[in-house]
Amino acid sequence: MNHILEILFAPGFFQSEEVMNALILGSIVAAMSGVIGVFVVMRRQSFAGHAISDFGGAGAAIAFLIGVNTLWGFLSFGVFAAICMEFLGKHAHERDLATGIILSIALGLESLFLYFDTHFTGKASAPMLILFGSIFVVGYSTVKIIVFLTVTTAIVICIIYRPLLLSSIDPELAITRGVSVRVINIVFIIVLALIVEECSLITGSLLSTALLIGPAAAALHFTHKIRWTMLWSALIGIISMWLGIVFSYDSYRWPPYGKGWAVSFFVPMLIFLFYLFSKLLGKILKARRVIYDA
Amino acid sequence: MIESNKFKEVNMVLSTDNICVKFDDRYVLKNVNLKIKSGEFIGLIGSNGAGKSTLLKVILGLLTPDKGSINMFGKKSKRGNRLIGYVPQKVFLDSNIPLRGRDLVALGLDGHKFGFPLPSREKRRHVDEILKAVDAEKFADSPVGKLSGGEQQRLFIAQALLTDPKLLLLDEPLSNLDIKSAYEVVQLISRIARERKVAVMLVAHDMNPLLGVMNKVIYLAEGKAVMGKTDKIFRDDVLTSLYGYPVQVLHANGRIMIVGGQGAMTAGFPIEDHCHPSEVRK
Repeated sequence: MNHILEILFAPGFFQSEEVMNALILGSIVAAMSGVIGVFVVMRRQSFAGHAISDFGGAGAAIAFLIGVNTLWGFLSFGVFAAICMEFLGKHAHERDLATGIILSIALGLESLFLYFDTHFTGKASAPMLILFGSIFVVGYSTVKIIVFLTVTTAIVICIIYRPLLLSSIDPELAITRGVSVRVINIVFIIVLALIVEECSLITGSLLSTALLIGPAAAALHFTHKIRWTMLWSALIGIISMWLGIVFSYDSYRWPPYGKGWAVSFFVPMLIFLFYLFSKLLGKILKARRVIYDA
Repeated sequence: MIESNKFKEVNMVLSTDNICVKFDDRYVLKNVNLKIKSGEFIGLIGSNGAGKSTLLKVILGLLTPDKGSINMFGKKSKRGNRLIGYVPQKVFLDSNIPLRGRDLVALGLDGHKFGFPLPSREKRRHVDEILKAVDAEKFADSPVGKLSGGEQQRLFIAQALLTDPKLLLLDEPLSNLDIKSAYEVVQLISRIARERKVAVMLVAHDMNPLLGVMNKVIYLAEGKAVMGKTDKIFRDDVLTSLYGYPVQVLHANGRIMIVGGQGAMTAGFPIEDHCHPSEVRK
């Protein structure tokens, strides 16, 4: 029994404060990404989510250069990019273009400042931290900020839940119902930016998109009740995160020995497996339904 | 006298006074005068670009006319009026959108409200009642994205009826439907209008499916409108003066077809036998 446990969890897993911190933080950002991801998929804004995280990455690189907590770089640049996209792309077809333009600016800035980071601060770790996250090295003060942001964004989502849903289905109908669709859109994209950037800090700006879209896309195959979709999506995110952390910790014993594989590698892979599995499950369920109906 | 005036006002759903809407320098609506009383079934007929959507926007309070005024239920029109139920033109729903039929309908009741909704028996009863009224109980628990266009349309009609409106606006509900489904939808709407005593304004480019059920027709062309009983509107002289171009109304088996330009009566006009594409019966 002990032997199996030791294979599953490398020695020291449960004693390590960093690991416990990572599990808690990882769960929080995975759950929030999962919930908002359902709306992102419904509104077809996954591209926007990706652009926001990369713009945030550029901000984080600048923050690193001037010696500020990278979280502030992520948040400020992410929210700024979100607001820009919302104002540049008022119509659906423009939105795609606006997002693409923001994304390319983001990548340019990010690569420039990451270069400056390694060049001027002498720390070669900057690109790794920003692009692939710092899940094991997040300080206690940052944890507090992330918890605060999570509670705030969760409350805002609850408040705008119904108008958001209605305007995601059909903006025109929402307007005739008296919903200020513009306001809802802006509030939504700011909330999205905050969640994406929290996630970027933890899992890295390159891979926060995986947590945002993957679990939601997988959950959509299980159920068509929106609350269950959000719950499943959050759960898939959390489980992928936990397994990713366990594997990453264990991977110190894998080749190349003593190096450890990044959490940001395992998480998207696991999410992808979940997605494939759920697609298959959805197909099987559908086939069974057809047989029953016949 | 005062009594009868009061009575009139209570019954008036909508009245407009010389509405004009201009985009740039072009009139999209020009001196439009309409009166709709409660319980009336009105067909708003016109081809593409005649100003139908603009008129709908004015009624829904999304657009303020450049000139003239509109009066809804004795008040100025405003956005989000609970007394108007609106059924949008075809909404494209993703096939795996995480909503059941009844969730979509329920949004008609409280979709504009803030706060996380808690399940309530009262709300469920209300939604069930409306679902029954539009014959949508069978597919109420199915995912909306997997339903047919006609079924989705019933749900959108249901969500529009939840607030117990006095005017039901339907934007082109018959386009995209085959002849049989179009007939069924018209019957359904007509029944609802009678049962729930709601005035209906149905936008269409073909008047024929509506001929048996509509009380009055609003015919829009070139931004101008005429309104009245069908036999008063579908006449050569009325439509000719509306279009400012010779037009003939052909009757066949109780159906109507409108053709532009015709031999004998159009002396002085080029002979042209074109039939408006949207008026060709399918």
